[in-house]
Amino acid sequence: MDFSLSPRTAEFRTEVMAFLDSHLTDEIIDTMHRTGTFNDKPFNAALADAGLLAGAVPGYGDRDPIELYVLFNELEKAGAPYDGLAVSMLAAGVINAVGTDFLREQVLERLLTGRFNCCLGYSEPDHGSDVAAITTRAVRDGDEWVINGQKMWTTMAHEADWVILLTRTEPDVPKHKGLTMFLVPMDTPGIEVQPVPTMASERTNATFYDEVRIGDEWRLGDVNGGWSVMGVALAFERGVMGGTNPAVPLLRHVRGWAADAPSPDGGRMIDDPLLRERIARTAIANQVSQLLTLRAAWIAATGGLPGLEGSMAKLYATDRYQQAVGWFQQMAGADGLLGFGTDGAAADGWIDYDARHSPVTSIYGGTTEINRNNVAERHLGLPRTR
Amino acid sequence: MDLALTADQETLRGVFADFFASEAGPDRARAAEPSGVDGPAWERLLETGAPGMGLPESLGGGGASLADLAVVAEELGATIAPLPLIEHAVSARLLASIGACPDPVVGGTEIATLALHPAQDGTSRLVPAGAVARHVVALDGDRLVLASGDAPGTALGNHGCLPLAHRPLDGAAVLLEGPEAHAAHARALDEWRTLTATALVGIARTALDLGVGYAKERQQFGQPIGAFQAVQHLLADLPGLVDGARLLAAKAAWAGSTDPSGADGIVDLDDNDITDFATLAGMSLVVAGEAAATATDRSLHVHGGYGFAEEYDIQLFYRRARAWSLVLDDPARECRRIADLLLGAA
Repeated sequence: MDFSLSPRTAEFRTEVMAFLDSHLTDEIIDTMHRTGTFNDKPFNAALADAGLLAGAVPGYGDRDPIELYVLFNELEKAGAPYDGLAVSMLAAGVINAVGTDFLREQVLERLLTGRFNCCLGYSEPDHGSDVAAITTRAVRDGDEWVINGQKMWTTMAHEADWVILLTRTEPDVPKHKGLTMFLVPMDTPGIEVQPVPTMASERTNATFYDEVRIGDEWRLGDVNGGWSVMGVALAFERGVMGGTNPAVPLLRHVRGWAADAPSPDGGRMIDDPLLRERIARTAIANQVSQLLTLRAAWIAATGGLPGLEGSMAKLYATDRYQQAVGWFQQMAGADGLLGFGTDGAAADGWIDYDARHSPVTSIYGGTTEINRNNVAERHLGLPRTR
Repeated sequence: MDLALTADQETLRGVFADFFASEAGPDRARAAEPSGVDGPAWERLLETGAPGMGLPESLGGGGASLADLAVVAEELGATIAPLPLIEHAVSARLLASIGACPDPVVGGTEIATLALHPAQDGTSRLVPAGAVARHVVALDGDRLVLASGDAPGTALGNHGCLPLAHRPLDGAAVLLEGPEAHAAHARALDEWRTLTATALVGIARTALDLGVGYAKERQQFGQPIGAFQAVQHLLADLPGLVDGARLLAAKAAWAGSTDPSGADGIVDLDDNDITDFATLAGMSLVVAGEAAATATDRSLHVHGGYGFAEEYDIQLFYRRARAWSLVLDDPARECRRIADLLLGAA
C-alpha cells in the first residue's frame, strides 16, 4: 500500500491550496453564512478560470477520482462555499455519463465555466427516503413533455440555471420502472421557487411545477430509465464529493478557541485533560473519515463503483462529527451557545453553527438508516426488509 | 496512492491465512486457555520463518517490512491465534537494530518479548508473552535492558487468557541508556501498537462474520433474525468501522516502513494531514481497539444468550478484543498522549 499522493495529484492539491489561499476570503465565508447560500458564483468562476474545475466532474476528461476527492476535501477543510458547486459538478458527471450531445453542449460545457449552477429535484413533500415513490408527473405531448408537481429540499434552486428533475412517466408499473429524469431550465414558465429557512440558516427551497412544458431534448437518460440515472448520481455523490470531513474545520476552530479560552478550573482550556482527549478522538476520527473517503475515490480510480464504500464513509463520518459537536458544545459551556457576530462567542460562533448544522448531515444525501440498509443488504447479504 | 496489497503481500496473506486456519482458530484458542500459548503451533510456526520474518536478511531474517508483518498480524487476530508472534517480532527488531539479537531469537527457538510499561522496583509487570518468553526487553528508569532467563511457564489468570507474567529484571544486561534507550523503546512500542491494532482488526473482522452468519441462520418469529432491521442496523455500522481501523493501521505500518526515522512525518491537525508514524501508531490502536470492542459486543449481542455461553466462539473474541488493547493502557490515556503529539505537551 502507498498512502502518498502521486506527484501529479500532489501538484494538483498544491494548486488547489494556493487558489484557496488567494481567493477564499473571510468575506466570502461570512457572506455564505449570512445569506445561507453555500454557493459563490465569482468564486466558482475563478476556480474554473484557474483550470481547477475540469477535475471536479466525476468521470470527465483525464482527471481521476482522487483529484476530485482532493478538490472537494480541500474546499471542505477550508470552510469554502462548495455545496452549490458539488451539486453542479455531480450534475455534470451525470450528463457526461448519460447525456446527449445537446445536453453536453447546453449544460455540461456551461457548468464547467463555473458561471452556471444546477440543482437536484428528487425529494417531494411526501416522498423522501422512499424516493422511487415520487408523484411529480411528466406527460408526453408530441415532442414535448408537460410537468406538474412539487419538489422539496431543492437547495440552490434560487441560484440554479437547471434542475435535475425526477418525474413519474408511467404510473401503472412498479414504482422504480416508471421514472424519467429531465434537465429542466429554471427559467421555463410555470416554475416557482419558495425559500425554506433552516435552523442552521442554510437556505433550501420548495419548488413548484405547474404545466411546465419542455422539449424531449431535455430528457436525461431513457424514458422510464430514471432510476438507473439516480444510481449513477448516487455513486458519484456518496463519499467522494465533500461532506465526510466536516469535523476538520470544527476541530481547527475549537483548537483556536481553546488556546485562548480560560478554563473555569484555572489555566487555559487547551490544557484541560478531557478536552485534550476529545480533540485527539476527533483528530483520529478525522483521519479514519479521510481514509474511508479516499478508499471510495481509489476504488473509482481503479475502475470500481464505490457506492457501498461511500455509504460506509458517510455513516462513520457523520456519526463522529455529531459526537464531536456534542462534546465541544458542552465543553464550551454558555459561551458555546453564542452565534456568529456575537461578542464572547466561543470559537467566534462556529460551535453554535456546527451544533445547528450537524443534525442534517445524517439526513441529506441518504439518511443513516438508508445507508445502513444498503450496507446490510448489499454488503453483508442480509435479507431485504422492504 | 495504492490501497491494494502488493502481489507479494497477497501471497503472504494467503500463506498465513492457510497456516492459521489449520494451526489456530477458536478451538485451538480454547484449548490453549488459560496459558494463552499453543506450544505445538509455535513449533510449526518456526518452519514458516515467521518469527524472524521482520529481521534483516544479514542476520538470517526475512527482511520483511512493518507493513508486511501487519499482513500476518491481521490473519493472526482473525483466528485469535495463541501465539506470541507480535511481541516476539517487535522485540527482536529492536534487538537487531542495536546489534543485540541472539541467534535463537532470529529462528524463534527462544521467544523474546517487550515489556510495555517502565519497570517498577526492578520488575516489569504484566509483560505480554512474559509467561513464555526467555528474553524480556524492558525500560528500567533511563536504561533499556535485556533480561534473559527461564520463563515462568504459567500465566497470570486474566480476561483474555494472555500469557501475562511479572518479570524481575535481576541481572539484566544494559543495552542503551538515556534518550537513546527511551527512543528505542518508544519505537518498538509503536510497532507493537501498529501490529496489535492490525490484529484487533482481524478480531473485529471475524466477530462481524460470526454475527452476520448467526443472524442469517437463527430463526425467530418464523424468519432469520437478520431479516429484522433492528438487528441489521446493529451490524451495518461495523464494516465501516472495521475497514476504517484497517486503513488507519495500514497507514501507520506504511509510515513506519517508508519513514523509519520519523524525520519526514507530518503532524498538521488543522489540515488533517498526518503521516508521522508515532502519531498514526497511537491512533491506530485506539481505533482498532474500539472497532474490536464494538464488533465483538454487537456480535455477541446478536447471538443472544448463546453468545454468553462458553460453548460459542464469540466470547473468545469478545474477551481478547478487550485484553489485547487494554494490556497497554486505558484508551482515554492513550488519547491524552496522542493529544501531546498533536498539540504539544499541556
